[in-house]
Amino acid sequence: MTAPQSQLTPQAIWAALDGVPDPEIPVVSVTDMGMVRDVQIGESGAVTVTFTPTFSGCPALHVIRDSIGQAVRELGASAVEVRSTLTPPWTTDWIKDDARERLRQYGIAPPAPAEDGLIQLQADATRCPRCGSFDVRMTGSFGPTLCKRLYVCEACKEPFEGFKSM
Amino acid sequence: MTASVPVLSDTQQVVLIRKLTALADDEIILAQRGGEWTGHAPILEEDIALANIAQDELGHAGLYLELRRALDGHDPDALAFTRSADEFTCARFVELPKGDWAFTMLRQYLYDAYEALWLDAARQSSYEPLAEVANKAFREERFHLQHTALWVERLALGTPESMRRTQAALNALWPFVGQLFQPVTGEDELLAAGVLPDLDAVKTRWDGLVLPHLTVQCGLSLPPAGAEQPGRDSHTEYLVPLLEEMQRVYRAHPDAELW
Repeated sequence: MTAPQSQLTPQAIWAALDGVPDPEIPVVSVTDMGMVRDVQIGESGAVTVTFTPTFSGCPALHVIRDSIGQAVRELGASAVEVRSTLTPPWTTDWIKDDARERLRQYGIAPPAPAEDGLIQLQADATRCPRCGSFDVRMTGSFGPTLCKRLYVCEACKEPFEGFKSM
Repeated sequence: MTASVPVLSDTQQVVLIRKLTALADDEIILAQRGGEWTGHAPILEEDIALANIAQDELGHAGLYLELRRALDGHDPDALAFTRSADEFTCARFVELPKGDWAFTMLRQYLYDAYEALWLDAARQSSYEPLAEVANKAFREERFHLQHTALWVERLALGTPESMRRTQAALNALWPFVGQLFQPVTGEDELLAAGVLPDLDAVKTRWDGLVLPHLTVQCGLSLPPAGAEQPGRDSHTEYLVPLLEEMQRVYRAHPDAELW
């Protein structure tokens, strides 16, 4: 199964990482989420992938790290190092446009553009992913994962999850 | 990608290690108190929310302890799970038992406001690794603050009983708040070097954000200011049993790799 070393190009590695799903939201990949920041191939063929964690307390981080390493090893890399970086900090603005649409179709309201710096006691406006109405009510500011909130749409009466904007 | 790290003197390193540990200890102990509600919160959504918040706070503790590891090589898990009460440097504020829901939400709110503002200031740290961590954690902390601010409002403006409990919580917590804004020994040197934020300035912003919210918005009465605070080596009677509970599994299975 192992591919020859000659196929080990940055493009091939990025393509392989496109196929690594976010363990908590399987309709998007780690590259869709903007988590993969850099791919380097050393002279000896050793690969270094730099990724940035979404939330610092995310319990899926080690799964993501292992999956990235596994995907690169399957391309035939002799050694893989998965490094994490906090700078610049991950923002939902890095989620790709087509991934936002996939999130919406999956029933998760995509995040609004992130704003930085302000400490405010009010949350951003959110649109129902099902009917598009802004007439929504937040029922929980924390969802089943750190990155999401819980809502109910007053227009179509459906509950849904919304991605936090950060 | 990695910015240059300023060289700290030996003394500065010792103080920074002390400060990082104190920051992490506050987060760990408060997260443990939050975790005590898992399965017991008044509604399912709040059970989830508080577990989320506790998870974030543990994540922040992990970030602080990783910064410490870079300085002295100590393993974060070992620091959290093998130190005894007299080695912990958390503030007494986070040790107090979880109390009722009003106490839990009010404590978390007062803490979140302090942490968000401290992190906001720490984003300017001259010590690049700390600035990076602050940038990361700050974004998460804002969500905690929005959530708990709303709960304090809801409880204070809810029923006479919820108002009574919120006021009682404020009376009980107020004497302990000051310790959060108390520097660790030697902190002034790191403040002068731009490594750590000015706690007095953080406190001034905290007063400006929290006091009007508590009084004008929520109709609560501020108790008299607390007496002088002891140092972070002085603990309440509640810390020992908390650590016994928190550290039991790790101490029983020190070699476990998955747990």
